[in-house]
Amino acid sequence: MQLQKELQEHGAAPAAAQSRFSVLFGKMDVRAYTMVGALILIWVLFGILNPTFLTSRNLSNLFTQMSVTSILAIGMVLVIVAGHIDLSVGSIVGLTGGMAAILSNWLELPAIVVILGTLAAGAVLGLLQGWLVAYKMIPAFIVTLGGMMVFRGVLMGVTESMTIPVSDPVLALLGNAYFARGFGIILGIVAVGFLFWSTFNKRRSRKKYDFAIAPLSIDIFKVAGLSLLVAVFVAVMNNYKGIPFPIIFVIVLAAIFYFISTKTTFGRHIYAIGGNIEAARLSGINIKRKTMLIFVLSGLLGSIAAIVLTSRLASATITAGNMAEMDAIAACVIGGTSLMGGAGTVIGAIIGALVMTSLDNGMSLMGLESFWQYVVKGSILVIAVWLDISNRSKGVK
Amino acid sequence: MYVLEMAEISKEFPGVKALDHVNFKVKQGEIHALCGENGAGKSTLMKVLSGLYPAGSYGGEIIISGEKKEFHKITDAEKAGIAIIHQELALVKEMTIGENIFLGAEPTRRGAIQWDELYHQASLWLKRVGLHHSPDTKIGNLGIGQQQLVEIAKALSKHTKILILDEPTAALTESEVSILMGILNQLRSEGVTCVYISHKMPEVFALADSITVLRDGRTVATLDRNETDDDKVVSLMVGRELTERYPRVEHTPGDVVLEVRNYNVWHPEKKHHRVLRDIEFTLRKGEILGIAGLMGAGRTELVSSLFGAYGGRAEGTVHIEGKTVRIRAIAEAIKAGIALVSEDRKRQGLVMGMDVKRNTTLATLHKVSRLGVVNENEEIRWASRYVQELKTKTASLETPVGTLSGGNQQKVVIGKWLMSSPKILIMDEPTRGIDVGAKYEIYNLMNQLVEQGVAIIMISSELPEVLGMSDRILVMSEGQFVREYDWREATQEKIMLAATGGK
Repeated sequence: MQLQKELQEHGAAPAAAQSRFSVLFGKMDVRAYTMVGALILIWVLFGILNPTFLTSRNLSNLFTQMSVTSILAIGMVLVIVAGHIDLSVGSIVGLTGGMAAILSNWLELPAIVVILGTLAAGAVLGLLQGWLVAYKMIPAFIVTLGGMMVFRGVLMGVTESMTIPVSDPVLALLGNAYFARGFGIILGIVAVGFLFWSTFNKRRSRKKYDFAIAPLSIDIFKVAGLSLLVAVFVAVMNNYKGIPFPIIFVIVLAAIFYFISTKTTFGRHIYAIGGNIEAARLSGINIKRKTMLIFVLSGLLGSIAAIVLTSRLASATITAGNMAEMDAIAACVIGGTSLMGGAGTVIGAIIGALVMTSLDNGMSLMGLESFWQYVVKGSILVIAVWLDISNRSKGVK
Repeated sequence: MYVLEMAEISKEFPGVKALDHVNFKVKQGEIHALCGENGAGKSTLMKVLSGLYPAGSYGGEIIISGEKKEFHKITDAEKAGIAIIHQELALVKEMTIGENIFLGAEPTRRGAIQWDELYHQASLWLKRVGLHHSPDTKIGNLGIGQQQLVEIAKALSKHTKILILDEPTAALTESEVSILMGILNQLRSEGVTCVYISHKMPEVFALADSITVLRDGRTVATLDRNETDDDKVVSLMVGRELTERYPRVEHTPGDVVLEVRNYNVWHPEKKHHRVLRDIEFTLRKGEILGIAGLMGAGRTELVSSLFGAYGGRAEGTVHIEGKTVRIRAIAEAIKAGIALVSEDRKRQGLVMGMDVKRNTTLATLHKVSRLGVVNENEEIRWASRYVQELKTKTASLETPVGTLSGGNQQKVVIGKWLMSSPKILIMDEPTRGIDVGAKYEIYNLMNQLVEQGVAIIMISSELPEVLGMSDRILVMSEGQFVREYDWREATQEKIMLAATGGK
């Protein structure tokens, strides 16, 4: 609009340069960028230390490995942005995974019924916790800590602490199959096509509103860069067995929740609630209902992760998903989510999950003992937040 | 002989001169009332005295019993025998009376707290302030008035020579007030000097020996109680001339938009405490209704209750444009055409980490979205419309509101509520903490809105603002409307007298 033009004309040269930078890279926050850098560093380091790390076989494994943490982290971002925490997702993964195995193995129900039943169970567990947090005002930390113990206990009870195998071929596919190479290429082309379409759609819409539009060259550069990333990803995956099924779940869920968090009123309200609950309340936002819905989504994502995990392991065990909530929280925090609420992105959380999984995978490849993995992952988490806080306090001055 | 002399005290905050060469002298063993409007500098002066603002951060001298003192921290002032009891009591609710009295000064032997000694001494102090409770009662089980007595006991246990009470009766019931006054009279007879901050005239004249009046950060006068009366003190408190700081425009009020009848509101936690009593008023299209009153008179409670944001039980009838409405939630109030620019924009108005455009659309996101999906371009269009109309100075629509100045932040809040196209715009302290230029712009804006047929309710603690902007003025005191004035007949003195419970 006129005002924006005016503002741009008045902007001094350095401001303009800065805005070009932000036009190019979007508005992801600093910590997420730092972590992209850290991720590349970690990959290069492991690649030098152990050449098998960067083979397409290992990368394919890595993406499969990260799927559970990523799916949980996607839900966790919303919970944390709203100013809460969900400690129960690991146990929800265990319990709903156990349920899936029972439905499939003991009751011999068809795969579609098993899947829908599991999803419903996850949503209901989330609903119950969300209701306690939102309407009964019990702190989320307590509710979900209780849920973490109760759900794990119920799992042990109903499975009688047995490992239940899952032999349904359809369920087995979900966690273990690969897309045919040709189909992978088609998916890649569709993704690139969508990138182009959405970018130009946005330009057209801004033109309609008479807003300033970023130079065409920059948009093309951006889309080309992202397309290249898609192409490399498809090529690397196809070089092994094709795109693994679980990572498609992650990508689709990430896309859906990216959309929810950035483009919908629901997403906006979550950020407002986490940013200043009093201002959100006085703006007429129904805080209770939204808070409950967030926990429903978190539970639902927990059950999706459960299906993937159960399928990959071809069985449900009583330790399935143990400590998964901690990985998910760590992934969110590394990816720039503030535990104070109000800030955080889905993309950041995915990057955080990738960092965590890369560390796991790389250190296992090098044959480091597992205690090192705990020490390194824990340290990375604290250092990431430390960097962020010191950056932020510099910004304040 | 003065026990306390504060000489030529000056204190500046960025952009504001809070205290300007204030002189304040208190005689040994008297109760000295410190009076002034909200924001006159009373609390700042007492913060200087109690060491909350360390020596060096202000100009001037503090002399205690003839000796020059420099307080670098609160404990320095405590050592010199000064104790302050703040409006918000600073007691730990989960601890007992005894633990609270000796918090940080527990009698110990080899590191172990001597509990018997502590409770024995605590019971002696309690006797002295006339509180007949066992010292192992939890603070949370006491009423506000009793808690205040515990605070006084705590202060006395530190061998206090000068006791400062900052608006001690703001939260007290009438019987609690008379108990407190009895205790203060008794302490005076025992030789304790007391500084009593208040703007309630009946209390001041019942208690004080001398009265010092502050205005705009300056000492206006120190008077002997016997030589003055409440009219005189009130006129000294407000005594400034109305200048051309307010763009007065003749409004022609139209139909009644809001009619409130027999409206009573109870406290959300203390269920039997009625905060608002038999409120009745009407609001017409195209007028500014000013609500004046002291802090704690119930003004904010009234407007937040009308807006569905208070939480306490409300009874009575509310009509908007002739139709009876029952507002149970804020979303319903917004739908009914009410908007509330709340008094604390940082805490209640804005999400500081969010940008200008997102804050603008926060209350009316449905206007720029379809099927729950936000149309960002539509959002930019609305936000930039209000940035232009209100002349908000911001680098861009994507600038976080936390980085804007107070005046521009307030404009973002106002823009947010204008976007809901309200019939009734309630503004609680609309110009608090913003500079003169931005104030003037907001006043002009208010006139424009009234011109367009919006009805405005303005709450303000600044009397000149109430007088300068309102068409009608309602004065509130202790949860009731006590007076109504047309702006032409209202004066600061009349309003102050009504608000302070004078005749």
